[in-house]
Amino acid sequence: MSFPILSTLIFLPLISSIFILLSKDKTNNNSSIYISLFGSFATFLLSLFLWYSLDVNTSEFQFVEEKSWINDFIKFKLGVDGISILFLVLTTFITPICIISCINSIRVRVKEFLIAILILETFMIGVFCSLDLVIFYLFFEAGLIPMFLIIGVWGGPKRVYSAFKFFLFTLLGSVLMLVAIIAIYWITGTTDITQIYEIKIPKEYQNILWLAFLSSFAVKMPMWPVHTWLPDAHVEAPTAGSVILAAILLKMAGYGFLRFSIPMFPIASEYFTPLIYTLSIIAIIYTSLVALMQDDMKKLIAYSSVAHMGYVTLGIFTLTKQGIEGSIYQMISHGLISAALFLCVGVVYDRLHSRMISTYGGLVNYIPKYSLLFLIFALAALGLPGTSGFLGEFLVLTGTFQKSYLAAMLATFGVVLGAAYMLWLTKRVIFGVANNSEIKNLKDVNKSEIGMLATLAFLIIFFGFYPLPLMETFNVSVNSLIYNYETALTSN
Amino acid sequence: MIYNLNIIFPEIFLSLSIFSVLMIGVFIKKSFNLIFNLTSLIIIITIMIISSSPNDTEKVFSESFTRDAFSNYFKILILLSSLFVLNSSKNFIVENKLDKFEYPIIILLSILGMFFMVSANDLILFYLGLELQSLSLYILASIDRDNLRSTESGIKYFVLSALSSGLLLYGCSLLYGFTGSTNFDLIASQLNKENTGAVFAMVFILVGLAFKVSAVPFHMWTPDVYEGAPTSITSYFAVVPKTAGLALLIKFMFIPFSNILLEWQTIIIFISIASMILGAVAAMIQKNFKRLLAYSSIGHIGYALAGVATGTISGYKSTIVYITIYVIMNIGAFSCLYLLKKDGQYKENISDLSGISKKHPLLAISLLIILFSLAGIPPLGGFFAKFYVFVAVIEKEMYALAIIGLLTTVLSAFYYLKIIKTIYFDDSLIAFESTKNRTAQISILASCSILITFFLYPSILNNLVDTLFIG
Repeated sequence: MSFPILSTLIFLPLISSIFILLSKDKTNNNSSIYISLFGSFATFLLSLFLWYSLDVNTSEFQFVEEKSWINDFIKFKLGVDGISILFLVLTTFITPICIISCINSIRVRVKEFLIAILILETFMIGVFCSLDLVIFYLFFEAGLIPMFLIIGVWGGPKRVYSAFKFFLFTLLGSVLMLVAIIAIYWITGTTDITQIYEIKIPKEYQNILWLAFLSSFAVKMPMWPVHTWLPDAHVEAPTAGSVILAAILLKMAGYGFLRFSIPMFPIASEYFTPLIYTLSIIAIIYTSLVALMQDDMKKLIAYSSVAHMGYVTLGIFTLTKQGIEGSIYQMISHGLISAALFLCVGVVYDRLHSRMISTYGGLVNYIPKYSLLFLIFALAALGLPGTSGFLGEFLVLTGTFQKSYLAAMLATFGVVLGAAYMLWLTKRVIFGVANNSEIKNLKDVNKSEIGMLATLAFLIIFFGFYPLPLMETFNVSVNSLIYNYETALTSN
Repeated sequence: MIYNLNIIFPEIFLSLSIFSVLMIGVFIKKSFNLIFNLTSLIIIITIMIISSSPNDTEKVFSESFTRDAFSNYFKILILLSSLFVLNSSKNFIVENKLDKFEYPIIILLSILGMFFMVSANDLILFYLGLELQSLSLYILASIDRDNLRSTESGIKYFVLSALSSGLLLYGCSLLYGFTGSTNFDLIASQLNKENTGAVFAMVFILVGLAFKVSAVPFHMWTPDVYEGAPTSITSYFAVVPKTAGLALLIKFMFIPFSNILLEWQTIIIFISIASMILGAVAAMIQKNFKRLLAYSSIGHIGYALAGVATGTISGYKSTIVYITIYVIMNIGAFSCLYLLKKDGQYKENISDLSGISKKHPLLAISLLIILFSLAGIPPLGGFFAKFYVFVAVIEKEMYALAIIGLLTTVLSAFYYLKIIKTIYFDDSLIAFESTKNRTAQISILASCSILITFFLYPSILNNLVDTLFIG
């Protein structure tokens, strides 16, 4: 058996968190920060190596590891394909950025914070690697514990309410998925998804199981109308928490649709397409309108996340090549853009301790570097051509036009609204006159902040002009996903 | 007739030791420490005797006493949990002046009673075992006899428990009347649906047993007794008799009542759902940690009973796995209570926990692990306990039970989160004395490390339990 590279990837952050636990630094937390940076960078490099050595010309799962776990019942099975590798790299890329960001923003219990982030990274990597439903569920749910603590311990004034809402909403959605997973085990005799793909779940069970999975993914996505936990969680979470939440945790659901819902329940996926269209369109238009009315920057970005995730669900369930590729692209690019925007809010929040839009104004006159970066990210978020945000939305809309003109037109309208709230936000925060004397004394971004933000800006523009590295990676996997879906429908 | 006394050797050894220790207690003054240590030693020796005895099924005394893998498993579980409960509570016992020499001896007597309960294959022996256990527990509940709450809880427990014993005895006599035998195997062969009287008897027996494991609607005594009794006793109550009661319940369903599955199944499903819901809802408003644990234990019994409700061997197995993990979690949870000392007083209100994460980070993280595990969040041990139960439940296509059960886990997650919120999110109010309570710390460490590492090898308990139902 070859080297268990995926297990190493999963447990590397966990092991570094144990080292942090054992490290003894009383006055400052330098050694904890170095250990966590080292651990998360090592994980990132390992995942890059994985991406590099992945064969993109096959849709088979690679680096598969299999170990008997719960005797002759569930195997501990890991593996990646062209779709999951990108989420994996996104996870390992965002985590070091979060750790760097917390140097500036976290003041109390830094050690515990780093441990929580690293344990969360372990669980997130586990979600994207698992090829077994029970393992997936295990990692999917386990992520709640560190995230709950991150929001609750280091969060803002209403943190308790937000943390509870986050935890209970997600748990409520997930328990139905657990019932469905166990039911699948008794129907097919296995929870190994590669085997379930081949066995094919009988038609009469598909709809109900699909809905059970939806209940979990819809909350996590989040789709309208169960999105209400997200703005609360984002507003109260510390910067690093918001970044992880927006960049990675939300992607788990989109990934879940691609990995589980569509291949396992193709007939149900087709049957429920109108439902998803409706919910996505409502999410896009309604939450965009809500975003327009926000006076809290984080809340505005949170609502814009819901709208962007609306494009993702729309794209996935067009079940066309363009739609699905666009969704994946949108998820990766949203992972970068929303992370960048939350970091930007974090930067000014650390200085003025206010997230209110009205506090700011005229920033461009005093902190120009920051303003430039903010502008780039805002334009990327509204989908300006030349940024990665454009490509995702464009492909999704192309895919949607093939299936439904009405949905596509309404979604396009959402793009206009997106431009409206993003530009208005920029106008009120970056331009205009400073109506607050403290703004004049603001310090511009420091080295570590400019490092993170410039890297993100570079990637957003790079992938805006040159999408090939990403497209190439998931192309074959998406083709086979659609092929399997269509054969399942025709054979029905 | 010559009996093979080897088969009841653990029981003989235990009774003889109890009498010898009692003599020591009577004749030597201030002998609590000596007797306490001897008791631990006796428990350890008994564990060794049982684990070295073979697991094949043997029945003696006109087939009224069974020794099999099932009874051995439960005996070891009972002994191990008593050992941990007893030792982690030693400081508490001494500091609260409960260090009477009778204390450990009565615990041993109740263990002996439970031994007969799990080994019984006959109504008479089962009832005698149950009563020996119950009488010991009445005394234990009111052992702090100068304390009003302890006495009150003892009386409450005695009156209600005596009532349930009466119902149980009534059921037993009906069963004997309608089947003509007191032997479990013979009853099983006599019972069928047409035997209405026996079905009637089954209901009475079920009520009695539900009372002993504190399942809704026979749970009323639990919160009061848990709150009123000294913490050391409460932890014993929460862990050991529950295990024995559940073992007995499984045994009744598996042997004498196996032919009237459809009749008792509905009752157990009702009891299970009611316990899960009540445990979750009532715990939300509790302010006392012990009372909260009482309601949480009611909820947990509901989940354990969901496994029994399937009426399948895999269901019973999942219940046994559940109760084992439940025991591990509760030993940890109660041991934490022994560390919450301030000005010579043990605190038991949830609000006393506020902000302990800053001053006592290790205690806080242990409580965090135990509480998330009690809530059944993966990857901790408590998740697997629930997972196995629901696998068995869904195998029988009892989807309603599974969905209600899992929804109540969300409800119950709420109150566990409330405690975690108090520990981690609130500001610290009081600092506890850093007590040197090594035994309690060891119990917490053992419990937490099992719960954390359980996911590495989650089939370890299943492998053990798989052998129990061959006989």
